[in-house]
Amino acid sequence: MTVRLDNRSRALRRMVLDGLKQARRGHLGAALSLVEILRALYDDVLRYRPDDPLWADRDRLILSKGHGCLALYALLVDKGYFDRSELGGFCALDGTLGGHPERKKVPGVEATTGSLGHGLSIGVGMALAAQLRQRDYRVFVVVGDGECNEGAVWEAALSAAKHGLNNLTVIIDYNKQQSYGSTTEVCDLEPFPEKWQSFGWDALSCDGHDVTALSQLLAGAVGERPRALICHTVKGAGIAEAEHNPAWHHKNKISDEQLLALYQELGDLHA
Amino acid sequence: MRKTCLDLVYQLAQADERVIFVGSDLGVGTLDELKAEFPERFLMEGVSEAHVVGMAAGLAMSGYVPYVNTIASFITRRCLEQLILDVCLEQLPVRLIGNGAGLVYAPLGPTHQATDDLAHLRAMPEMTILAPADAEEMRQLMPQTLDHAGPIYIRLAKGYDPIVTSEATERAVLGRGRWLNASSGEALAITTGVTAGMALDAAKILSDKGIKLSVLHLPTVKPLDEEMILAAARGAQAVVTIEEHSVIGGLGSAVAELLLEAGVTPRFRRLGLPDAFADGYGSQRALLAKLGLSAASVADAVQKLFAHRRMKVV
Repeated sequence: MTVRLDNRSRALRRMVLDGLKQARRGHLGAALSLVEILRALYDDVLRYRPDDPLWADRDRLILSKGHGCLALYALLVDKGYFDRSELGGFCALDGTLGGHPERKKVPGVEATTGSLGHGLSIGVGMALAAQLRQRDYRVFVVVGDGECNEGAVWEAALSAAKHGLNNLTVIIDYNKQQSYGSTTEVCDLEPFPEKWQSFGWDALSCDGHDVTALSQLLAGAVGERPRALICHTVKGAGIAEAEHNPAWHHKNKISDEQLLALYQELGDLHA
Repeated sequence: MRKTCLDLVYQLAQADERVIFVGSDLGVGTLDELKAEFPERFLMEGVSEAHVVGMAAGLAMSGYVPYVNTIASFITRRCLEQLILDVCLEQLPVRLIGNGAGLVYAPLGPTHQATDDLAHLRAMPEMTILAPADAEEMRQLMPQTLDHAGPIYIRLAKGYDPIVTSEATERAVLGRGRWLNASSGEALAITTGVTAGMALDAAKILSDKGIKLSVLHLPTVKPLDEEMILAAARGAQAVVTIEEHSVIGGLGSAVAELLLEAGVTPRFRRLGLPDAFADGYGSQRALLAKLGLSAASVADAVQKLFAHRRMKVV
């Protein structure tokens, strides 16, 4: 069953498609599962200044599952970090928006990611720096479910708990599909909340496409421990053929006709 | 050298509040003074090098200058990708202090021997590599690490290594080579780390045989002091490089690439560890000698280069 989306979620997804226009490739499924997570963060939770991307007291968002970057680029465009036309240069020879996000190239990108398992450790360093210097910014790290196969994620989880980093939230895009197939088949993560709890974290779960629930949980008061929010999502959400379909994890060779159909499916009647 | 290095981290921490020390699971008592005086800037994070380096990157992105310390083989191999992507790509001021590089941990076997670190790190854009010869050189170089842009790997020797740089004519400068004896020899040894002492001993052996061996020491392996190396090699008839590292990818490779591309072609030989895992344990010095690295073997190699040259002339 297709995930039901409101107009804003469809509009953001159309910006994701903008990136595909030129490149004709991208981790579409992985981007579409996290649109609402990023939307909730940027609309209702994060503290930031698009005209001053390195503002010292901004909240930090690290997209550790860097292959989902088309969704991040869409939100950064939406918030005015850079112009929508930049999406036309996605993966281009002289473009600034790569197939994985780079901190030094893209305003609003806090860490260069793409190789999985790096973002949470970087986030621990940032959150620890805030704690040591008594700054009140928060750090959010979005990780993929398949990414949690990486041992470094769990090294970082131990460390965050040790330091009591209650200013750190890890958000897991639990779409239950990794590149080869289902997460249960490739390397099962369950019992997932219990794993985080046993590592010294508070663990919550929610529907990762329910913007209201996401916003409430993410903006809610922090406790004493770092927090994991396990977001149940649908890979490829919003495009019927892509949903739950590992073949759309990294989609390439998209034809003009396919692209047009995707825009129309996402509500662009003028595409 | 190790003690001097850590003492200087403490001094830097006293002088600059950006300095933060990050260990993995070091020996009991490590930097107790720093821990007592600045507990918030002393972190001991556990046996998790990949995480430790990533975390250090996050600290550096937030304004700190982290000095990360663990055994050289672990701080280079176990977190190779974090070094490349989290630290070098981001051009962050993370300092990586590798204990016991080369064959310092000879008795502990190949798991603890860092004999490929220079090769790995040389190939990382933005990385600076320091391999001082002794505590005195370390003392001169460490203050220069504080404000250096980008990451630095500091390759440590055993500790209490003999002081061999006292005759150097200039102070150690990051990125520059230094002459450790007369610069006018017909043979040239280019060294890094503790092989400087080995070369100076070889020079004494060769002096008795009528060959003057000049020792150009490179406490910085990357970036290479190309100008100084080329000038020195142009004036020499035979050149050897000496390193406590595989002959693949380290100092010798770097110098060979430089010389050949510049058209400077003296008789040349790389002296280092063979392309093989060390078979045997023993002391560092004994294992080095077994693998062909000693003052005597350096002197022998230089002599052979000369013999070859003379035969060719005849």
